[in-house]
Order: sequence, then C-alpha cells, then structure tokens
Amino acid sequence: MDEKKLAIIATKGSLDWAYPPFILASTAAALGYETQIFFTFYGLQLLKKKLALEVTPLGNPGMPMPMGMDKWFPVLGMTLPGMQGMITSMMKKKMSAKGVASIDELRDLCVEAEVKLIACQMTVDLFDMDQAEFIDGIEYAGAAAFFEFAGESDICLYI
Amino acid sequence: MADFDQELDASGLNCPLPILRAKKTLSGMDAGQILHIIATDPGSVKDFDAFSKQTGNELLESKEEGGKFHFLIKKA
Repeated sequence: MDEKKLAIIATKGSLDWAYPPFILASTAAALGYETQIFFTFYGLQLLKKKLALEVTPLGNPGMPMPMGMDKWFPVLGMTLPGMQGMITSMMKKKMSAKGVASIDELRDLCVEAEVKLIACQMTVDLFDMDQAEFIDGIEYAGAAAFFEFAGESDICLYI
Repeated sequence: MADFDQELDASGLNCPLPILRAKKTLSGMDAGQILHIIATDPGSVKDFDAFSKQTGNELLESKEEGGKFHFLIKKA
C-alpha cells in the first residue's frame, strides 16, 4: 500500500490555533502518513525558535472563560493592558494541568517524525522576517511547491 | 492481562500524546512483541482502535480497569 499523504496550510499565529496543525501532523506521522505543513502569514509565528504565542478572548465569544470572567470582565475589560498575557498564562496552566502537550513539544515531535515544515518565502519577505529567528531544518518555498505535494495528497487542510 | 514485553504508562497525558508515545515505543520493539499501554484519556479507547486499524499493529486487548484504560498492542 502506498504511503498516505497529508498536506496542511497553517495560517494562524495564536496559541489556540497553533494546536490543530501540530496535533494533526504529529498524529498523521504516527499513523504512517507522509506529512507537510506549509506556514504562511501569521502561521509563520509557529516556526519561531522562541515561541511567544498568546491567546485572546477578543472577537471570540466561544472561548470558555474560567470563574465567570466574561461576566466580570466584559469585552472592554479584555482590552486592558496585561489582560491578554494573563489569559494566555491561565490557558497554559490549564493545558499543563490536563496533560495537553505544549506547542514546543508537539513541534519537536513533528520534527522528530520527519514532518516537513515549509515557510512561505513571500510572507518571510513581506514582513522582513529574519531566517535566523526560525527553527533549523525548515524549507522555504512558494505556492507552486506546495501544490506539488498537495496535489498528490489524500487529505489537504487549510487551518 | 496477558503477558507483554514492554509497558508504557501514559497516565495523565492527553490527545495525541498517548498515541505518539506508543508509536515511539513500538518503533524500538521487534515484530511480534507486545506493548502494554496504560492511559487515563477516555479518548484513547477509540484512538488506539483507530491506530491499530491504520498501522496494522494488532490491538489484542482494550479494557478499563480501576479507572484506567489498558491496551495490549502487538507490533506488526
């Protein structure tokens, strides 16, 4: 049987949205899929050596808030300085308490499982990003290169 | 619980870590050897079943005991 292929485009750079691409890619690799993730726009944050991902309840009424915080701190309260950092820190504590892996850990597992990580060259240029900020072993490519793999894939996800 | 060659305690770990740890442990084992996995994630019951079907490593046993989930997987 030919190896199955999974192609993912990761476009978001927040802590919560960092999970789906890395969870799915690492699991697919464990199931024997050949896997590639193409990181574009804000998704490039997920390739930084030093991850500084945050989560915000702003513009996200679906985010469950601990201790009824949404009642005590309605939307405007969430715009206060330091609020995003606090919410991020609470989310990380909760994840750790529930045995959910950190993004660093999941990314390491992807690298270990030979998931190919590709940075969108156009976005790197657009935002004047320095390649030294990114982890080693990634590739830089464009849309056509993505299609070379995605066109042969069994599953293709845009996240 | 039948005999096994290696044991992996994935208690307290959440999706997808039990599967990833199991895959890693299995890759260091020989064909025919049996891995005993202990997990607390309720999602692992369906996940190990799916893992076994997709990788060909046979799921010999899957049961709940003492609030934990136990799996026996034979490496293909």
